[in-house]
Amino acid sequence: MKILVVDDELDMQTLFEQRFRREIRSHEMDFAFAHSGEEALSFLKTHVHEAVLILSDINMPGMSGLELLKEIKGNFHEPPPVVMMITAYGDPENYNQAIKLGADDFLTKPIDFTVLKDKLKSIH
Amino acid sequence: MSAAALISIILIIYLHKTLKDSPDAPPWVRYLRFAWIPLMILSFTFESMKVRSIFDFIWIGLMLFLLSFILKRREFSNSRSLLVAVLPLAILSFITAFLNVWNFEIIEKINSYIEIAYPFAFIWLGAYLIIYRKQKKTLAKERQKLEEEERLNKVIAARKDELENLVTERTAEITKQKEELQNTLVELTATQGQLIHSEKMASLGELTAGIAHEIQNPLNFVNNFSDVNTELIAEMEEAIRQGNIEEVKAIANDIRDNNSKITHHGKRADAIVKGMLQHSRTSTGQKEPTDINALADEYLRLAYHGLRAKDKSFNTSYETHLDPQLPKINVIPQDFGRVILNLFNNAFYAVAERKKKEATGYKPNVILTTRRIRDQIEIVVADNGGGIPHNILDKIFQPFFTTKPTGQGTGLGLSLSYDIVTKGHGGNLRVETQEGEGTKFIISIPLRQNAQTQA
Repeated sequence: MKILVVDDELDMQTLFEQRFRREIRSHEMDFAFAHSGEEALSFLKTHVHEAVLILSDINMPGMSGLELLKEIKGNFHEPPPVVMMITAYGDPENYNQAIKLGADDFLTKPIDFTVLKDKLKSIH
Repeated sequence: MSAAALISIILIIYLHKTLKDSPDAPPWVRYLRFAWIPLMILSFTFESMKVRSIFDFIWIGLMLFLLSFILKRREFSNSRSLLVAVLPLAILSFITAFLNVWNFEIIEKINSYIEIAYPFAFIWLGAYLIIYRKQKKTLAKERQKLEEEERLNKVIAARKDELENLVTERTAEITKQKEELQNTLVELTATQGQLIHSEKMASLGELTAGIAHEIQNPLNFVNNFSDVNTELIAEMEEAIRQGNIEEVKAIANDIRDNNSKITHHGKRADAIVKGMLQHSRTSTGQKEPTDINALADEYLRLAYHGLRAKDKSFNTSYETHLDPQLPKINVIPQDFGRVILNLFNNAFYAVAERKKKEATGYKPNVILTTRRIRDQIEIVVADNGGGIPHNILDKIFQPFFTTKPTGQGTGLGLSLSYDIVTKGHGGNLRVETQEGEGTKFIISIPLRQNAQTQA
């Protein structure tokens, strides 16, 4: 399963690599990282159908996670990838907007990786 | 005509003249007006008679009566000189009357002396009368003058009282006004203090969401990396049991790396909380060497995330061009942080406003630049918002001037910022703007700050 993680926090990559090191080692999961919405979009364009799951932060400079979500759900027709939003803002407004734009799930920071792992496994 | 008759007539005329207006004068005084006419006739009639010596006594009696009457009346108290005037003539007429009774030889001789004395007595009387008239006139004049003066004094006194009343009235009015003004001043000072405080709280309020975001992110790393480390330690124990030294070394390396990340993000959260506390605290007024790059960067992120949290549609990119060689400078961190935060808030507000108007083709951007120029350091906050219209450019540093809708801006941000930079730090805050292009706020602080620029 190819997962694209989008977050402007650079250490997010290290964290995911450490947290999922067993899954990565066993090639159960494959991670790609983008540090902005724009970067994520260009990745998706060059790697069509590769990513089946996208984990995106909402609050990023430039294109926000919600805009990215809108782009993905609007333009990638065949079949639209699963998008989970991860944000430090757990407020209802953010949540509602994400769900309205088609987010498949919504997580708040600090990320509970046990919960995340369960969710990922249930999708798979 | 005998001397006594003449004196009597003079006295009667004088008496009438003086007493006619006196309220307590005896009633007969009124009839004295023309009394001198019958007396005159009588006097001449007696003169032609042979028994004149008897009549002489009658005249003397009348004269004495009049004299005694005059002496008693207070109206004549200042005209005793009249008595002196008539005295020689009265004495002479007295003597003559007596001499006429006893017609002796020797007396004949004395009589001739008396005859000579008569003219002198008349002259005496005339002179005295003239002097008396003159004196009276002068006295009357003086009295008139005195009365005039008194009248004038009264008028002056009245005017003086009037003026004094007016002055008292005015003084009371002015005192009242002064008190009112003083009260207003006290109220204004209090209001100003409250406004400054509320401005501070408002900018802090804008920060809270940013602070939440900025703390959740490092916390995410602290929590998760420490969890990872716990797992890694278990794995490490397993590797030790298996005797796989290479694996143990690799895991130990990971643990060390993770730990340094925990420390890094822990410190990051700490700095944010400290910054927030510092911002809400009253300024200590103490300058301390401060890393402007770190301070500006922190507030840039706080302002950005704060606005982002408040307005979901808000979206802008920002760049930082920080001079790594920038020396630390002496500033009051709380105050200086407020200035920078205020400039960021304004910049983000400007680009957000422009974004609302120009939906497509506009890429909002805010750029923070720090640099050293000779003996000054410059902090530049540039935005590509709508710019400041020329007609309000000279007002932006005035207190309470704001372009934001009512209730959204205190209008104190730039005014306070200007004071903090110039008065507090001996620096300069200037603006460069182009309508439709954007705005640049440039803070310059001299590297060598001398003692007199202390806040």
